[in-house]
Amino acid sequence: MATTSPHRSRARGRTAHPGVTLTRTRPPRRRVDAVSYLFLLPALALFTIFITLPALVGAVISLTDYVGYGEWEFIGLANYAVLFTDPNVLHAYGFTLGFSVVTVVLVNVVALALALGLSAKIKLKTALRGAFFIPMVVSGIVIAFVFNYLLSSSLPALASTLGIGWLQESILANPDLAWLGVVLVTAWQAVPSALIIYLAGLLAVPEEVYEAAALDGASAWRRFASITLPLVAGYVVINTVLGFKNFLNAYDIIVGLTDGGPGTSTRSVAMTIFTGFTSGDYAYQMANAVVFFVLAVVISVLQLQIIRRRGVSL
Amino acid sequence: MVTADPATVAAASRGPRRRTPSQGPRTRGWGLTALLALASLTVLVPLYFAVVMAFKTPEQAVAGTGFALPWPLNWASFADAWTLTGFPRAFAVSVLVSAVSVAGCLLLASWASYAIVRNWDRRLFRYSYFYLLAAMFIPFPVVALPQVKLTALLSLDNPAGVALLHVMFQLSFSVLLYSAFLRSIPLELEESARMDGASTWQVFWRVVFPLLAPMNATVGIFAFLASWNDFMMPSLITADQSLQTIPVVQKIFQLAFSTDYNVAFASYLMAMAPTIVVYVLAQRWVMSGVTRGAIK
Repeated sequence: MATTSPHRSRARGRTAHPGVTLTRTRPPRRRVDAVSYLFLLPALALFTIFITLPALVGAVISLTDYVGYGEWEFIGLANYAVLFTDPNVLHAYGFTLGFSVVTVVLVNVVALALALGLSAKIKLKTALRGAFFIPMVVSGIVIAFVFNYLLSSSLPALASTLGIGWLQESILANPDLAWLGVVLVTAWQAVPSALIIYLAGLLAVPEEVYEAAALDGASAWRRFASITLPLVAGYVVINTVLGFKNFLNAYDIIVGLTDGGPGTSTRSVAMTIFTGFTSGDYAYQMANAVVFFVLAVVISVLQLQIIRRRGVSL
Repeated sequence: MVTADPATVAAASRGPRRRTPSQGPRTRGWGLTALLALASLTVLVPLYFAVVMAFKTPEQAVAGTGFALPWPLNWASFADAWTLTGFPRAFAVSVLVSAVSVAGCLLLASWASYAIVRNWDRRLFRYSYFYLLAAMFIPFPVVALPQVKLTALLSLDNPAGVALLHVMFQLSFSVLLYSAFLRSIPLELEESARMDGASTWQVFWRVVFPLLAPMNATVGIFAFLASWNDFMMPSLITADQSLQTIPVVQKIFQLAFSTDYNVAFASYLMAMAPTIVVYVLAQRWVMSGVTRGAIK
């Protein structure tokens, strides 16, 4: 998306020579006036008080046997040791990661196909675009309630009138299939934001480029493979990064759709962590949160590495 | 920066092009249009379903697949949902939380972005940018447990605390959008104001903030949607259930609805309506703003 590469922005504003430090090329340092600090302060303060501080306190708590109230003492890494053998926790990680990967792939395939269609020469362009963006604006839990009814009552009823055997039972009631429902509804809601980014990317290519290629005798497929695809590759990475981050966070839609069930088959990591509020294993779930944090950072860093290598600006 | 407002680009591309004799552009356009219209049913059918369910009587609601359009329309479900969920109160709380988080987001994010972009040569501002952006990659559940304790400690276990956290979690994305946009605003505009003796504060409010108008719209809409639709944070932060926002109220009353699907769906519709209305009114800002931030 936006340029955050320090080299690029610095070069843009001040000096054309990358690697030359600014202070050296501009000896009299410009004074930063107080208002600039004042402007920056509230945002930094909010982050420090409400993210950094709780994160640090939480990390310390994860080393204790705190149950959410009363006395506690340090127990070292005992919580972590239990965590890695806890089948509930492992299952939640397996489900969240698997669900995220499948959803990311599905969302990108659908969004790219739609973007190609919507950027082509079609009729009713505005109306169609308008329709495809609606899912983005509705509340996740509310639409999950709607799909809950659709998947558990309407679809089986429809299947039995049509005589499709395997669909006559609600997929949300089946521990092996319920995750498909979660993927479906999450993707339904996540496609528009990926679509916006693809559409923006596709529309940014000047029409002349395609015309020139066509004049040179490039076939439609060739134009797609040589112009569209390399351009879109960068946006795939961006959509994967943003999507993954959201899907790891999965909560609202699952609450509305399956509430983690049947059993615990669709319980996400977020839901597991939140059990720490009520079940008396506060410190234990805090250890879970720390592990989840490390995982989220590792995944983000890996993805950002790929972005940098591809030369995409985020 | 390429200001790739999709409308303009689309208009520009409507000119004569690809008139190769092998393809009839007219017929091709309709084929693809039909395909896309078919695909759009995946979006429209669930919404249609929600609408028809809301207008049924309890008997009609449980009959068949649920897709049938009831006649005559039964408006009673809406009245029931209205009183059962305490809709006016939940609506007022939601409006308040969203309004505060939109205002807070616009103010804090535009301030921070302006300070960062104009002082990019200073390490403090550069690092602050990455600090603010890093939060985009931190899932809320990671800090949820201590954060809920903290908000309770600060007497923020109420809609005010929810609004504050909404502002904070929306800051990263907003700063990203604002910074990209600010970098494209030429410095000369500000410098001439400075020549006339304006302070940084005055320059920001008289020159920069008005120039940010299109981005303000986009940032505001995204902040509104995120805040209005959020379930996770209010459900965890707000202690008093009578001060919950609309999405949480849906969950609370789900059990009460479990036999009256028509009332449940009327309630869902009332919950979804405000964002859909805002979207229809503000559609072009959603699209063009992101495009503006995305295309460099």
